[in-house]
Amino acid sequence: MTGTSARLGFVLLLAPAALWLTLLIVIPHIDLFLVSLRERIGVGQYTTSFANYGTFLDEPLYLMTFARTAIMSVLATALTLLIGFPVAYYIAKLARGRTRSVLFLLCLVPFWVSELVRTFGWMILLRETGLVSSLLQWAGLAAGPVELLYNDAAIMVGLVYTSMLFMVVPLITTLDSLDDAVIEAGYDLGGSAPSILREIVIPHAMPGIVSGCIVVFMLSLGNYLTPIMLGGKDSLWFTELIYSQFILRFNWELGAAFGFVLLLLSSVIVWGTLRLTGQTLRETMG
Amino acid sequence: MTAPDLECRALTKRFAPDAPPAVDGVGFSVPSGSFFSILGPSGCGKTTIMRMVAGFLEPSGGDILIRGRSVLSVPPNKRPVNMVFQHLALFPMMNVAENIGYGLRRRGTSKPEIARKVGDVLERIGLPEIGTRRVDELSGGQKQRVAIARCMVLDPDVLLLDEPLGALDLKLREHMKVELKALQAAFGTTFVYITHDQSEALVMSDAVAVMNRGRFEQIGSAQDLYYRPQTPFVAGFVGDSNRWRGRVTRVDGESLELQTDGGLTLRAARNGRAIAAGDRAEVFVRPEAIHPARDAAALEGCANMLRGEVSTLLFNGAASRVRVRPEGAGADTEIEVALPQSGAFAGLARGDDVWIGWTDAQAGAFAAAAAE
Ligand SMILES: Nc1ncnc2c1ncn2[C@@H]1O[C@H](COP(=O)(O)OP(=O)(O)OP(=O)(O)O)[C@@H](O)[C@H]1O
Ligand SMILES: [Mg+2]
Repeated sequence: MTGTSARLGFVLLLAPAALWLTLLIVIPHIDLFLVSLRERIGVGQYTTSFANYGTFLDEPLYLMTFARTAIMSVLATALTLLIGFPVAYYIAKLARGRTRSVLFLLCLVPFWVSELVRTFGWMILLRETGLVSSLLQWAGLAAGPVELLYNDAAIMVGLVYTSMLFMVVPLITTLDSLDDAVIEAGYDLGGSAPSILREIVIPHAMPGIVSGCIVVFMLSLGNYLTPIMLGGKDSLWFTELIYSQFILRFNWELGAAFGFVLLLLSSVIVWGTLRLTGQTLRETMG
Repeated sequence: MTAPDLECRALTKRFAPDAPPAVDGVGFSVPSGSFFSILGPSGCGKTTIMRMVAGFLEPSGGDILIRGRSVLSVPPNKRPVNMVFQHLALFPMMNVAENIGYGLRRRGTSKPEIARKVGDVLERIGLPEIGTRRVDELSGGQKQRVAIARCMVLDPDVLLLDEPLGALDLKLREHMKVELKALQAAFGTTFVYITHDQSEALVMSDAVAVMNRGRFEQIGSAQDLYYRPQTPFVAGFVGDSNRWRGRVTRVDGESLELQTDGGLTLRAARNGRAIAAGDRAEVFVRPEAIHPARDAAALEGCANMLRGEVSTLLFNGAASRVRVRPEGAGADTEIEVALPQSGAFAGLARGDDVWIGWTDAQAGAFAAAAAE
């Protein structure tokens, strides 16, 4: 009796999540995968083949963009980690009381405005007539107006800025759980700051580092707005290709194939990172 | 004469300029190979002293010397002292052998040498086979010993222990008390041990400092503190005592007479302390110093003799006690009396009439001003 009702409760509790997953994630992906396997051989005539994936592999522009997107995303993730770790360490271990909450809030503030406005902010700063350019001229470091927008560096700045919170939050959580006494014990036993960082702090923070990196990497890989607005003509992002296939060319078959290649890439990289760092998905996700 | 392993001179720590100092002019020295305890109530500044000795806090004043050399300018990772933390602070990301070997690795000891020393120290703490275990697979007592081994393997001049038994349950604590003393004797290292548990301090230590509100009240052997307390705080804090406040009515020589606020007239010893007739004073008498008797004749020689009624029986095997309400005193005056282990008073029951008595020498009087 209790067994049945407990099971019923379990099913009812799980139902919304299961529905959500099936309707919004599983079904569209299956459909998308089927679409990506269609090859148009005439007007309204299709056969099943891997031709769309073949197109992807044959066209250097697609492959190049794909590789560029992957490498830039990895780079953005690494940069975010590099900048985010000291910030998180400071907030979790050194700041106390009010300072701590204020700093944490500062990390959150950029997310009160939409991504579009945030990116426009960067454009205002970095454009030819923007703040940074004027400042450089005023300081005598540049002779004329400098264009800082529309290049890979600008994209990188935008990506790191957008992702920072998603790196800092899991890092703060894991660093917070490291007892201060453990760090002190490290010093007490003769450890130096770098060795304590390497042997005690980083191993402890590893689940946070990995989960932060995974989230930031996926966000960067799938970002659309930042590369479009801050990037130049030469800095194509893979999501732009997907968009143009679906919306501009009405080539849903190729767009779907691109989407699947991207999904494959992020899965492989996430899996690889977990393997490399010896973490399991279960540990990382808490 | 060799310098003591650890010496503190007028050590002071002020966390805020306007707040009273957390540690106030504390001075002590710990001879080599001895077990020194600092005993005091929570918040009296024990951990603050430890952290200054270990180097995690900068003293506001005073000096810390290890083997005769000031270490104030030495950072914590270079000081020849190691600390066992209150919650042990073992490294959860390493196994037991890596934990113990951490300090040696940092010193650049060779790998085979580390393995040998780690094996050695594991043997000495009686846990030779746990080197590859994870820290969270150990029992509380095992963690305790690993935390001590992690420090001892570095052969420090002084080992600091900050309430290391605080997290253990009562039974294990009793066991570890004996074990810790044995470990200290085996390693021959100087231990400085802080605790708020008097039995830990009394059982293990060669010398104990009783601390209150940032100051040392008294430093001495366990017997000194128990039988010859020098301040009312020590008399009240170390061991159990019956305690009365009152006004001194007469002083002759070392003996004095006191009228308590509860209405009793008692005789006590002032043990050389300056107390004059008319002063407010406090008197402490240990329960085991009070003799129970069936009639007054059996209490010959006791300067204090009272007749009363047993109000509570506190049976605890050999440590059984009764509370006696003396005749003519207020209802809130109860005197705790230890029952002799002979069992002569085993039949005592609630409501029985008894006589109790104690000599004036066993009642220590202190001027009350210092106690407030
Ligand atoms: N970092 C600090 N900043 C300000 N005040 C502090 C700091 N550390 C300790 N104190 C204060 O100093 C006093 C002594 O603290 P300490 O930790 O030395 O006590 P303790 O004797 O170890 O107590 P316990 O037995 O509870 O551990 C306390 O009143 C505490 O509030
Ligand atoms: Mg403490």
